[in-house]
Amino acid sequence: MKKILRVNDLRISFKTNSGNVQAIRGVSFNLFKGETLAIVGESGSGKSVTTKAIMGMLANNATVEQGSILFDGNDILKLTKRELTKIRGSRISMIFQDPMTSLNPTMTIGKQIMESMLEHRKMKRSDAKIKVIELLDLVGIESPSKRFKSYPHQLSGGMRQRVVIAIALASEPDILIADEPTTALDVTIQSQILELIKELQMKLKISIIFITHDLGVVANMADRVAVMYAGKIVEYGLSDEIYYDSKHPYTWGLLASVPDMSTKVDMLYSIPGTTPNLISPPVGDAFAYRSEHTLKIDFEEQPPFFKVSDTHYVASWLLHEYAPKIEMPEHLQRRIKLMLSEEY
Amino acid sequence: MLNYDKSRFERIFRDSSNEREILVHNASFFQDTLKRFKKNKGAVVGLIVITIVLFFSLIGPFMNSYKYDQVMTEYEKLPPRIPIVEKLGILDGTIVETKTKARAKINPDYERIVKEYVVNGKEMVDVERNIYKEKGFDDVYFWFGTDTLGRDQWTRVWTGTRVSFYIAFLAVLIDMVIGITYGMISGYKGGRTDTIMQRVVEIIVGIPRLVIVTLLVLVLNPGLMSITLALILTGWIGMSRVVRSQVLKLKSFEFILASRTLGSSDSQIIIKDILPNIFGQVLVMSMFSVPSAIFYESFLAFIGLGLQPPMASLGVLISDGYKSIMVYPHMLLFPVVILALLMLTFNLLADGLRDALDPKMKEE
Amino acid sequence: MTKYILKRLGMAALTLLVILFILFLLLEFMPGSPFNDEKLSPDQIANLNALYGLDKSPVIRFLIFVKNVVLHQDFGISFVIKKNAAISDMISSRIGITIKIGLQAILIGTVTGIVLGVIAGIKRNTIFDTLTTIIAVLGVSIPSYVFALGLSYYFGYKMRLFPITFDIDDTVRSMVLPSIALSMFVIAQTARFMRMELIDIFKSDYIQLAESKGLSNLKVIIRHALRNAMIPVITVLGPLLVGLMTGSLVVEKIFGIPGIGSLLIQAIQVNDFNVVIAIAFIYSFLYIFVNLLVDLLYGIIDPRIRVQGGGTNA
Repeated sequence: MKKILRVNDLRISFKTNSGNVQAIRGVSFNLFKGETLAIVGESGSGKSVTTKAIMGMLANNATVEQGSILFDGNDILKLTKRELTKIRGSRISMIFQDPMTSLNPTMTIGKQIMESMLEHRKMKRSDAKIKVIELLDLVGIESPSKRFKSYPHQLSGGMRQRVVIAIALASEPDILIADEPTTALDVTIQSQILELIKELQMKLKISIIFITHDLGVVANMADRVAVMYAGKIVEYGLSDEIYYDSKHPYTWGLLASVPDMSTKVDMLYSIPGTTPNLISPPVGDAFAYRSEHTLKIDFEEQPPFFKVSDTHYVASWLLHEYAPKIEMPEHLQRRIKLMLSEEY
Repeated sequence: MLNYDKSRFERIFRDSSNEREILVHNASFFQDTLKRFKKNKGAVVGLIVITIVLFFSLIGPFMNSYKYDQVMTEYEKLPPRIPIVEKLGILDGTIVETKTKARAKINPDYERIVKEYVVNGKEMVDVERNIYKEKGFDDVYFWFGTDTLGRDQWTRVWTGTRVSFYIAFLAVLIDMVIGITYGMISGYKGGRTDTIMQRVVEIIVGIPRLVIVTLLVLVLNPGLMSITLALILTGWIGMSRVVRSQVLKLKSFEFILASRTLGSSDSQIIIKDILPNIFGQVLVMSMFSVPSAIFYESFLAFIGLGLQPPMASLGVLISDGYKSIMVYPHMLLFPVVILALLMLTFNLLADGLRDALDPKMKEE
Repeated sequence: MTKYILKRLGMAALTLLVILFILFLLLEFMPGSPFNDEKLSPDQIANLNALYGLDKSPVIRFLIFVKNVVLHQDFGISFVIKKNAAISDMISSRIGITIKIGLQAILIGTVTGIVLGVIAGIKRNTIFDTLTTIIAVLGVSIPSYVFALGLSYYFGYKMRLFPITFDIDDTVRSMVLPSIALSMFVIAQTARFMRMELIDIFKSDYIQLAESKGLSNLKVIIRHALRNAMIPVITVLGPLLVGLMTGSLVVEKIFGIPGIGSLLIQAIQVNDFNVVIAIAFIYSFLYIFVNLLVDLLYGIIDPRIRVQGGGTNA
């Protein structure tokens, strides 16, 4: 498969009043054409910062310390503002988290969708309008020609998110970044929007980077999953490898906190503790402080990636040959067995 | 991989010794606020200046033997003169006048030429005249000078500043008592009570304050009484609105509901649950109403609707001083500077408090 | 929307009626009737009372008062300043200049204020931002009459660039200093407000979305940020008007401008009740009218209110 985007050893820090926050501490991954890559992690893990960097939209107080983001033979981080605006919104576009606030309240949705068409594809207004109506239809908005002149507040949350998706698709991008596109929505609407994104990807063959904190959300969508913690990727692999054969205790924690039919409500799991302070990041494995399976070396040295399969890598000392063998928690194993037996 | 020492891969089990590292220091809300407030230079300077001005307004009038309404016509229109400072060449009892050279007769005892120049072909001189020496007041010092009736400006300025502080105090008191009560009742009771109370507010807001004061002055006489009444009538509106909207918001929160289900009475809920939560905003709001109240008093005095001479307030002094601004700018200077300083510092203080209490407003 | 307009109109009318009632009461119970001149015989007083309708019942008198004021702009006659002159004439010859200076101040003030606020909002934490903040804080802190005094002292007296007092033969130059003095407050308020709005908006998601469309910074600012920031600026117009009213009084006093502000001061000082009440009514009317206009304008410009028809006040 063709690599469409390559992120190499990205390091980004933010200047704040209390010190330099090292938000991204060496992140590398590839995005293949037509695939959906899910980046999963808690808030503060650096997943959103990574996507901002890809969009070339880092905040003013951010510094790229190291690394490159290769797209189409160019390093996005080295492009001028001008060159960036040509890629942003035309080749790479983005869906934001909260549809209630991500649309301009005083502009009709038609105009908002049209904007990037006029900007990047130099279409005539009348043609663009037809295209917008087609798009609105495509994202499942009823009577699209009427809705063209609607203002955001006249639409429901789910509809607004469909509009946001239409905006992202307006320029027929190669890459779509979806930053928690369903987090702010009701559960029923959530699944509709996920369905829509999946369907659109099939139709349009775009590559998607799907950001979420909830492994459950992307279970049916992602081709590959990368798990981020404290500014680093700690485990990545094919979807099946992450869901059924994960090796990192943090991934286990994330899996365990996804509720399913077999979980009793009072057993809902959450990983203890909070993400570490990235102003002075821990010397060793950042997750050691929260892990149930801590080794001495975890406090001394950062773990390298250990290869599990050609597609599956894990950054944890637990995979070192000297480390004590620690298995996935039993309740997870049971759950996976159950799921597998239901599926096949 | 082989160069790793096997012993480093021992498991560590959680106990209190490594637990401590995970603990994060959590400052209390008050400490946090104080820290943010201290960081705000404007607000800290504001607070210091206000304290100094308050100190002088309390002590100042007793620092010499003159009374604020003591007329001493023999000392009329004297410029400021302060011992020791006068040796620096400022506040030394002199005024500078511009004259044509031909007409300037210099009396070397108390006059000297500071500058000679030519304007439109005429030779001009700036003459510095020491009025105290001219009149033979060798041992007399008026620190801020005197006004047209020979009243001591120092005493009058600080006495006048007291009026501003009285107004400031009054504004806060009205906000705290009437504003909070009104907003609290309106928001907490809700329903018809709220509707009626809000209609009343809308009507009062619809009448400009200027008109209310004007009419009050018409009925009563100009003076502190009508200003006080005007503030009581209109000063609490803004606060009541803020309190009402906060109470409406808080009322729907679960902790209030929880408190109610646990059997708390209305007054307990208001005192224990609502007041502490709106305190920050109330404080900021009342601080913001101070400068506008101070301004209003001085404004009314200036246009002749406020305090009347021989009473002293900053507005009265400015109004008096402005009449002789061209010749004796010092009469205007001191009250204007103190008024502007008070308004500026109260604004800075309010700004600082708001930023400190509401960190969301302040970004990196 | 119609319901909203009607509600606002009703509220404005009610407020105006309350004001009229208060003014009427004041006229009724004012210490000293206009006719307690000792030279008048009881007959003459009765005649005068009949002439001015003072012999009718209070309710009728109130209705007559309202009718005179609302339909004929008739506020009666002045008793002191210009004996027996119709107040409406006195006011109509003076109100023009007051409104003109006020409008100039609003124009200078809002334009300068918006420009300053936009620059400060866009160039955060630069020297422009600091300067604007200083101007805004000073403009809010220093009373307009202190500005007026400073301006008249330096540009009028010291530099002799503009007349110190109003000059009928040179109205254009005479109005420069008063307009600037009045506009300082407006500049400060709008600049401060504009800056805060813009900063808020730049943090909003929809600006990020606009950026993510690949629009240039300029387009993002003009198409998405400015419009949304300008809308709420309309709401400061109400409070600004209050500032302008109080400002106009002092500025007219300082520069000796023959407007209604100086007339009001004069009327209060000589106890010419009718004039005071007439001007109080005009100020109230202007205030209510502008606030109504602001609310309706806001409803028209902001699509969120246009459709919902909800109120703006929380």
